[in-house]
Amino acid sequence: MLNRLKNIGLMTLVVSALTIGGFSAANAAGASAYPLKKYDWPHAGPFGMFDKASLQRGLQVYKEVCASCHSLDMVAFRELKALGYNADEVKALAAEYEFPNGYDDEGEEKYRKGFPQDYFPAPYANEEEARDANNGAFPPDFSLLGKSREHLSLFTPWNSIYGEDYIVGILNTYHEDAPEGVELAEGMSYNEAFPGNQIAMAPPLFDDMVEYADGTPATTEQMAKDVATFMYWAAEPKMEVRKKMGLKVIIFMSILTIMLYFVNRRVWRKIKKGDDLA
Amino acid sequence: MGSSNYQPTNKAVKWFEDRLPILGLMHSTLGAGYLAPRNLNYWWNFGSLAGFMLVVQIITGVILVMHYTPHVDMAFRAVEHIMRDVNYGWLIRYTHSNGASMFFVVVYIHILRGMYFGSYKSPREVLWFLGLVIYLLMMATGFMGYVLPWGQMSFWGATVITNLFGAFDFYEGMGESILHLLWGGFAVDNPTLQRFFSLHYLLPFVIVGVVILHIWALHLPGSNNPLGIDAKGPGDKIPFHPYYTAKDLFGLSFFIVILAIFIFYMPNIMGHPDNYIEANPMVTPPHIVPEWYYLPFYTILKAVPDKLFGVIAMFASILIFFVLPWLDGSKVRSAKFRPTTAFFFWLFLINTLYLGYLGTKLPDEIMIDMAGGIDALTMGRISSIFYFAYFIVIVPLVSRMESTKPVPISIAQSVLDANKKG
Repeated sequence: MLNRLKNIGLMTLVVSALTIGGFSAANAAGASAYPLKKYDWPHAGPFGMFDKASLQRGLQVYKEVCASCHSLDMVAFRELKALGYNADEVKALAAEYEFPNGYDDEGEEKYRKGFPQDYFPAPYANEEEARDANNGAFPPDFSLLGKSREHLSLFTPWNSIYGEDYIVGILNTYHEDAPEGVELAEGMSYNEAFPGNQIAMAPPLFDDMVEYADGTPATTEQMAKDVATFMYWAAEPKMEVRKKMGLKVIIFMSILTIMLYFVNRRVWRKIKKGDDLA
Repeated sequence: MGSSNYQPTNKAVKWFEDRLPILGLMHSTLGAGYLAPRNLNYWWNFGSLAGFMLVVQIITGVILVMHYTPHVDMAFRAVEHIMRDVNYGWLIRYTHSNGASMFFVVVYIHILRGMYFGSYKSPREVLWFLGLVIYLLMMATGFMGYVLPWGQMSFWGATVITNLFGAFDFYEGMGESILHLLWGGFAVDNPTLQRFFSLHYLLPFVIVGVVILHIWALHLPGSNNPLGIDAKGPGDKIPFHPYYTAKDLFGLSFFIVILAIFIFYMPNIMGHPDNYIEANPMVTPPHIVPEWYYLPFYTILKAVPDKLFGVIAMFASILIFFVLPWLDGSKVRSAKFRPTTAFFFWLFLINTLYLGYLGTKLPDEIMIDMAGGIDALTMGRISSIFYFAYFIVIVPLVSRMESTKPVPISIAQSVLDANKKG
């Protein structure tokens, strides 16, 4: 009776493993969505650090193109030091913006130049104004998009979607005309990477839209990659210090683990052999 | 926790010990005064690892609270303030968020070890109960902690899970009253966040209390061991210190390496990306999933067509562990000598992992591409039935009918026999 029960269990296990294994592979291949192009990001991997030139170009794209609709609420100018700017350059960057500064004697609003401790000002005063200016759509804040659009998979890392790849995908996969049979709502554009393929944002980048200070040719793909790098930095500004500290912690703890292994073996030597029993 | 034979030699220490015998208590609990079976394997490391994780969570949590603001308008920004502006705030927060996951990993292994080696069986039933109480408290604490960053998954996870309690609608308005009590209003909102914050701070200290009871209950019969036989003679036992302190330290050090890999190199892999979008009651995420450690139970919930019975099945799937000591009627504890039991244990584990995998799927997602496509809901129902069948049919039947392998006379004898062979 028990053996029969066990055999039934074993059979179930084998049959389900075979069917699930065999048929779900076919399923995974068929159901895959638009495959995002995967880039080799210099900041990826355990030792990857940000490409500072790319970060600076990305900031330029953000300021000259994206910032007219998208806010960057959580980034302060002082943090731009991480992009390779010195203190004076950061001050100058902040001073390009104006901030309200109380009222004058006649009750009129006063303004002052920005300081490094200020945060990037938002293009719209509130969500209603933003929607009104954008055909009802609300351009999302850039501060965390690099992290909130990724899908990481621990056990099937090849299925992971990285935030940077997704952002480049959005910026690079606009179609001038929707494919046959797709009815676009008014004011919408067709985009391969966007879920549902209908995106309220009109194609934002065109070749040579900005003139890079470092002379890099400003192709759409280049600008997309630069702004994606910048956005990932904005979402995870402590990535470099995190990875550097991680290396030290793991080296230290690994050596300690090896030492403790030998300590443990030494402590247990007699007990393991049962010498105390003889 | 047991009488102590601790005899301090230093006069000042002795003076203190005579007035508060706390050092003797430590000595007999974690020191040389506690005699443990000599044959504990590395699966026995996970108890002390769980204790370590509890301490890590409390320390990092207390620091996080210094910088956090439990208010719907400020919570999300406060977490980002911790991540960006607070010195090493990213380290504290990533340790706390990944620490929660690793705490569950460690506790799951600890529970499974208890199942495999029969640690729940007489005379350790109350020890087992207290462990399950700790686990239930951890589930509540983990859930409420996930709500605090006030991201999209925080808000919608809280909405889905709290709504489950509305199923207890036994008389007119009862479900609604329960929900209003949980929410502090008519929906998940600021009062909900504030009460969850309060309880998330309180429950870990309740866990500490139950952990103390758990260790107390452990020290009466002493630890179980891989052979599952009682440690009787002096040759069966060795002092906890230095043997198990050395072994636990080695295990802890190795575990910290694993923990560090998550914290420093993939800190967001256990979380959901939507939680980096601020909570918005007007926008429902396309796919609401709980934290990974609830997924098997979430699948069981979804497998039952009726809401009330789904919720009951979900709670029952955990509460059934409380009766495991009586469902299992075997005279032998360890599955080492119970091959059929061991086989079904592994089947149960695989099935539970698969239940967890199904928890991430939409009900109509096709899991097996045959017979017109078998969807996740159907697979979830089959797996859920097996889950309960394991407890209600397989364990009671197998444990009473199985012919077990011969069990060694004593732990010391098994060591001597192994040496003769080797």
